[in-house]
This record gives sequence, structure tokens and C-alpha cells, in this order.
Amino acid sequence: MSDVKEKIIEIIAEQAVLDPSDVAMDQSLEELGIDSLGLVESIFAIEETFDISVPFNANEPDQSDFDISSVSAIVKAVEALIADQKS
Amino acid sequence: MKRVVITGAGTVNALGLDVPSTLAAMAEGKNGISELEFRDVERLAITIGGQIHDWNAEGRFNRQQMALYDRFTQFTLAAAQQAIGQSGLEFVGDLALRSGVVLGTSGGGLTTQDDNYRMVYEEGKNRVHPFVVPKLMNNAATSHVSMEYNLKGPCFTVATACASSNHAMGQAFNMIRSGMATAMVTGGSESMLCFGGVKAWEGLRVMSKDACRPFSMNRNGMVQGEGAAVFVFEDYDHAKARGAEILAEVIGFAMTSDASDIVMPSKQGAARAISGAIHDARVNASEIGYINAHGTGTAANDKTECAAVADALGSHADNIMISSTKSMHGHLIGGTGAVELLACIMALKDGIIAPTINYEEPDPECALDVVPNEARDASVDVVLSNAFAFGGLNAVLALRKAP
Repeated sequence: MSDVKEKIIEIIAEQAVLDPSDVAMDQSLEELGIDSLGLVESIFAIEETFDISVPFNANEPDQSDFDISSVSAIVKAVEALIADQKS
Repeated sequence: MKRVVITGAGTVNALGLDVPSTLAAMAEGKNGISELEFRDVERLAITIGGQIHDWNAEGRFNRQQMALYDRFTQFTLAAAQQAIGQSGLEFVGDLALRSGVVLGTSGGGLTTQDDNYRMVYEEGKNRVHPFVVPKLMNNAATSHVSMEYNLKGPCFTVATACASSNHAMGQAFNMIRSGMATAMVTGGSESMLCFGGVKAWEGLRVMSKDACRPFSMNRNGMVQGEGAAVFVFEDYDHAKARGAEILAEVIGFAMTSDASDIVMPSKQGAARAISGAIHDARVNASEIGYINAHGTGTAANDKTECAAVADALGSHADNIMISSTKSMHGHLIGGTGAVELLACIMALKDGIIAPTINYEEPDPECALDVVPNEARDASVDVVLSNAFAFGGLNAVLALRKAP
């Protein structure tokens, strides 16, 4: 599972134009300077990387089951989706 | 400067295959959104749209025409036939030379592209039909209208995503106003409801899976539609001299660019377009009675649009009615402003304000009179039609009751 974390940090770092080591787990995407377009692109990259489908509608980001409040929340959500969709 | 009037209107869309049935559906607040039907739809996450299910292209066009007409061209020709028929104009002699066609579309022959890419990439075929290019090009519809009706003056196609039709009609308006043309066939068309068309929109994650609910607190995105609306714009003196029935007068147009973001709308850019149209029409903001909103049903558009209207109209924003008919026919992208102009004509001519259907919960950020769920009888003299496109390109038209 640490593999998932590493890959997600890579995806987010690329969007934020940061070195992966500069991404902290408790940071939000907003704090990392990722805007709404960057978020949608990150989710696309996550779906492609893990071959999963992420339920996310940009019109109601807060109402989505997919928690994007911090990097660690995203890792947790992706792990759950992988467990769910690959079982 | 010449005055410009509308002397013909035609449409095909999810609400109806002509103007009377479309206006009746709008007045009833009918929902034209349904389950999409086309190849590979089961591979989509978004499966609803304002699709025309009873089109019957084969019954309308012959084999040779079918080989050349993409669905967006078919829609255009059907709407143009109604509009030109209603106007009673025959384009011969000098009138033919001084009349043209300006239409909006965003995707053009997208279904043709989708079908042929599928054939060469997925099915591995190495040959495509010889007419793929003339069928898919964005100006195909404009050219076929020109050919069919002998319109030999200025003809071109405008592509500004969701504002295409309004930009097109704005050009037609100014060409007649300036004396450059006597009559212009104008409006727009879109046919993006195919696998590739919807799949692309799905990627942006702004589409609703269940309904288009403009201005409602619980709105969750846009729903696509398809179809066309075409109008005949005509020099008022010319129309009057021949005793033509006038549906409405076009009195102003303005366009602006946000110059800021490729997808997020800007209040300032939209407000400048609204104010610009009012100024161009030489009316006071207090004369505006109704605005046909862009009202996509996305979180971002609807609140930005309401703020822009409040900015442009000041305290008069609380007196006007503003509704989004996209809730009923879906978002026709490059054709949407044209279909929505029908709601403006209905407001001016029939005194019926089309509602915003699917309205469930007030949103404090959209605190205007959005004519929720039920049409309203009201006499209005001046109306606006808003269109705000991806890319930050805004186009607003102003219309007045027929003189």
C-alpha cells in the first residue's frame, strides 16, 4: 500500500510543479497551489495509474464520496477504491 | 443605421421539431431530457441528454444528400427550411447577392468524425467514404443553406464554443444594420450526442448524471442537447415594404473576452457584455424585462452569471425575470443561443416567459427571479439573451417587441 502513497505523491507533485519530497501528507491541494483544472487532471491521472474509476463531480466536490481534503485523505480514498473495485 | 427585424424562425430540438411545438413545450415546462441512444452508450458514465429520438433522416433526405449531410447539417437544413418558408423571402436577383448565411457550431460534423475514426482505428479499415471532409467541416451547414436557397452574399461559420450562435447572430445583425446585407439566415446547430462527443465532456467532470437544474442550490452540472435553430434577420424597411410578419426586432449586441481562464467564467467579462448590449441597443437597463440566461446548471456559471446580471443592471436586477431553458432542451453548445432566442421571441410576441424547470432549492448566490418551474404571463418590451463560452468569450443580444 505504500506504493499507492508514493504514486499519488508523484502525481500531485507533478501537478503542483514540486519535488515529491516537498509534498506533505497533511497539505490540501489548494495549499499546494492546485486549482480546479489541476484537480480534475490529478483525478484523471489517478484513474489511469490505478485503473480505477473515481466518483467526482466538479460541481459538488464536497458532496463526493471521494475525500480530497488532504494528500493523506486522497491516499486513503484511493486505497479504498482499489480494494473495492479490484476485489 | 438600418433597423433589423426577425421575419422567420425554425428549429429542431429535443422539445419539438418546429417552432410552435418547441414554444408550447417551453410554455408547459416540458422536460426534453431522456436516456441517450447511440452506439457504445453503455461505455459512458453520463447517459442522459436532450437527444432528438424521432429524427428519421432517411425520410427527410435522399441518398445523395445523406452522403453529404452530417447530422448537424441535417438539423440546420430542416430549421432553415422552416425559417425561410415563414419569412416568405425568395432569394433571386439583387436580394440573393445581398443576402448571406452566418451560423454557429462548435463541433461541426463531430458524428462523422466519430464514426470514421472508429472505422479506421477500432475496426482497422483502411478506406473511408470520399465525402468525409466536406461532411465534417464546420462550414458544411452554412454552405448547404447557401446552396439550397441561393444565398450569394457573406457566408461563414462562427465557432466560439457555447457562444457560437450568439456570436453568429451578432454578426448577421451588424451586417444588416450597417447596410452590408439585406437579409441574413443565421442561428446555429450542434450534434455532439455521439460516443466521442459525450466522452470528451465526461472527462471534464462538469456533467450531471440526472438533471439540469439551473440556479437551484442542488444543481450538479450541465446536460447536453442537440438540434438547431435558424432565423431570418432582415432590414426593417425591406420587411415593411413587402408586408412581412415581424416576430421581433434585434436592437443590440455586444461581445467581450474575459482574457482570464480557459474554463472558469468571469463576472466582469459577462457583466461587460450585458452592459455593452444594453448600451448598443440604446435602451436603459430599467427597460429590460426578461433575460434568457446562459444558465448551464454548473456551480460556477450560474452564480457568476447572477452576479454579473446584478452588476450590470444594478437594483433593477431584482425586477427582471431570468430563466434558463437549458433545463428543458439541454445545452446545445454551439447551437444553444439560437434555440434560446426562441424563448426571447415568445416573451416579446406572446407574453409568455419560459420557466427554469427542475428548480428545487434556492441558492443565495443566485437570488434573482429565475421563473422557477412554471411559465409566467408577462408583458415585456426589451429582453436579453446571454451566452458565455469556455475560453471566456461572451456574447449578448438585445431584442425588442416588433415595431
